[in-house]
Amino acid sequence: MNTHVATQPLPPAAPQGWLEGFRCVFQRDLRIALRRRTDSLAAVVFFVMVVSLFPLGVGPEPALLRTMAPGVVWVAALLACTLPLARLFADDLQDGTLEQLLLSSHPLPLLVLGKIAAHWCGSVLLLVLVSPLLALQFDLSASSTGVLLLTLLVGSPVLSLVGAIGAALTLGLRGGGVLMSLLTLPLVIPVLIFGAGAVEAHTAGLGVAGHFSLLGALLLLSLFAAPLVTSAALRISME
Amino acid sequence: MNAALALSQVACVRGGRTLFSGLNLQLPAGQLLRVAGANGAGKTSLLRLMCGLLGPTEGQVLWRGQPLAAQREQWGRDLVYLGHAAALKDDLSPLDNLLTACTLGGQVAHRAGALQALADAGLRGFERTPARRLSQGQRRRCGLARLVLARSSPLWVLDEPFNALDTAATAWLEGLIRAQLLRGGSVVLTSHQGVALDDTPHQVLSL
Amino acid sequence: MKSINWFHYAAPQRFYPLAGRLVPWFGTLAVVLTAIGLYIGLWVAPTDAQQGEAYRIIFVHVPTAWMSMVVYLAMAAWAAIGLVFNSRLSSMMATALAPTGALMTFLALWTGALWGKPTWGTWWVWDARLTSELVLLFLYIGFMALHSAIDDTRRADRAAGLLAIVGVVNLPIIYFSVQWWNTLHQGASVTFTEAPSMATPMLMGMLVMALACWMYCIAVALARVRLIMLERERHTVWARQALGTA
Repeated sequence: MNTHVATQPLPPAAPQGWLEGFRCVFQRDLRIALRRRTDSLAAVVFFVMVVSLFPLGVGPEPALLRTMAPGVVWVAALLACTLPLARLFADDLQDGTLEQLLLSSHPLPLLVLGKIAAHWCGSVLLLVLVSPLLALQFDLSASSTGVLLLTLLVGSPVLSLVGAIGAALTLGLRGGGVLMSLLTLPLVIPVLIFGAGAVEAHTAGLGVAGHFSLLGALLLLSLFAAPLVTSAALRISME
Repeated sequence: MNAALALSQVACVRGGRTLFSGLNLQLPAGQLLRVAGANGAGKTSLLRLMCGLLGPTEGQVLWRGQPLAAQREQWGRDLVYLGHAAALKDDLSPLDNLLTACTLGGQVAHRAGALQALADAGLRGFERTPARRLSQGQRRRCGLARLVLARSSPLWVLDEPFNALDTAATAWLEGLIRAQLLRGGSVVLTSHQGVALDDTPHQVLSL
Repeated sequence: MKSINWFHYAAPQRFYPLAGRLVPWFGTLAVVLTAIGLYIGLWVAPTDAQQGEAYRIIFVHVPTAWMSMVVYLAMAAWAAIGLVFNSRLSSMMATALAPTGALMTFLALWTGALWGKPTWGTWWVWDARLTSELVLLFLYIGFMALHSAIDDTRRADRAAGLLAIVGVVNLPIIYFSVQWWNTLHQGASVTFTEAPSMATPMLMGMLVMALACWMYCIAVALARVRLIMLERERHTVWARQALGTA
């Protein structure tokens, strides 16, 4: 234990790049997510289970399943993405690191974006990559499966971004995950409509450019607005 | 360094209870502020209010004459806040935790400096153990190691920093605080037990 | 609403008596306008060629649907003012409006179902307006659920307020996407949103009923905000006097 401490101040730190905060939080959270593989995999397993329940409920007739496939996969993705998000900030709240994020010299929206990005890479990306296998269960054609994969790739970040708002608003509340889903699901209905709609349009032989441009617009809007709103919500919840 | 924290006519109402009101406070450079009071008197709320985590019901908190909201980025660099919890990620090692904490606090963190700080904190040999395997005292010391690298931050706000520390660690922390005061920085802390820092320029605020 | 100096009435103790005086006026207007509107709707307006007498339910369905939207906008506006200006009364107004808006939405859905049964043969039709009303109901419920889940009133007001603002920005996107979804799936079938040709008495009736709903909503919201004020400020002198326990 060193009891001789320096009395000269350290030189003031050189200003860091504006992405430094994002990079720091992203790396930290991704490292933790990789060390906690069970948590990340739980969302994927839930996704697979929910999708597999539908044929058990409606019967195995291939034509029916083929029509239902985009909607079923998308609804299951909605649930599997939003439910684990409720805990996005809960661990940080408990161990005191959330306060440090609020007090950081880096802009809070960038730090929040880092957290959401790490969560997406750790949990949601795997779910999206597994979806073609599930489309197989529903006998969806190869090109339709490709469209499904693309819509999920573009649309799932929107789910994570909007879900983060719900997670921040319900931080530390008893209702927890259910309340957060109650708040988030109505807000992501457009993503569901355009995402599933794109696959159905493709199967029907129509163009999907409109669907994808709308999905892209939603992605850009939420990339810009969701971190700002989530930061405001975090400050409100932490007061 | 010039440090000036000022609270003017600050009131705090939490859960319908008025914890304190009409509070006026000036903390110049080189001074220690010890906040005393019984459990539930509002010590933690006052500290969080000083940091800007909590908005006062009335009055305002000024740092160098400016409200906190107007200087968020600079305030993030000038302030080091250590709360009740050690602010450690259980899955990461003390080294990773310390480097992250420094980066978020606006300082460029060097591995060599961080390793030295952890050694100063008595954690030599434990730098890469996941934090969940450390004892309470070790976790607390890991959090405090940030103070070794926070020499350019003029204001330290510490909530119960002496909890779970043995005599050697207590002496080390007192040394850190003294050095901060000598450099012209300020320290605000709460503590249940008596703190052997009465020879430094200090104020006591009892809630 | 009447005073020039807005901030004078921003204090609960001054707004309380003002609201008390306004409630009977708006209530009376609501009753009178409802009577006129129902008279026009049930007697004056002619029988529809295609739908017979059952179409008359639109005199309740359309005004309540309009009001459900208007109240949500008002709720979000008050919530925004409460967030930006840190005004307690504005947040109380937003909280007072929510149950009324939810009621309007529920009535719109219910009357929509009542219209659907004799006209289309089913209790529920997935057309654009009804589906949007359903989503709006979810948004109202989310607002009220979030508010009641948080114990600290200040945090509850601000969190629910932020949610209302997010909802209001999202609402056009949701309406547009539901519209898109509906046209994609139903093609050229006639929906509730089309009125083949609006005869003037029908339009008059709907406008009068819409005004009646508006007066009702204002009256109920003002009465509710008085109750909320009393409950939240019950420790202050003026509230105790108003309750008669001082």
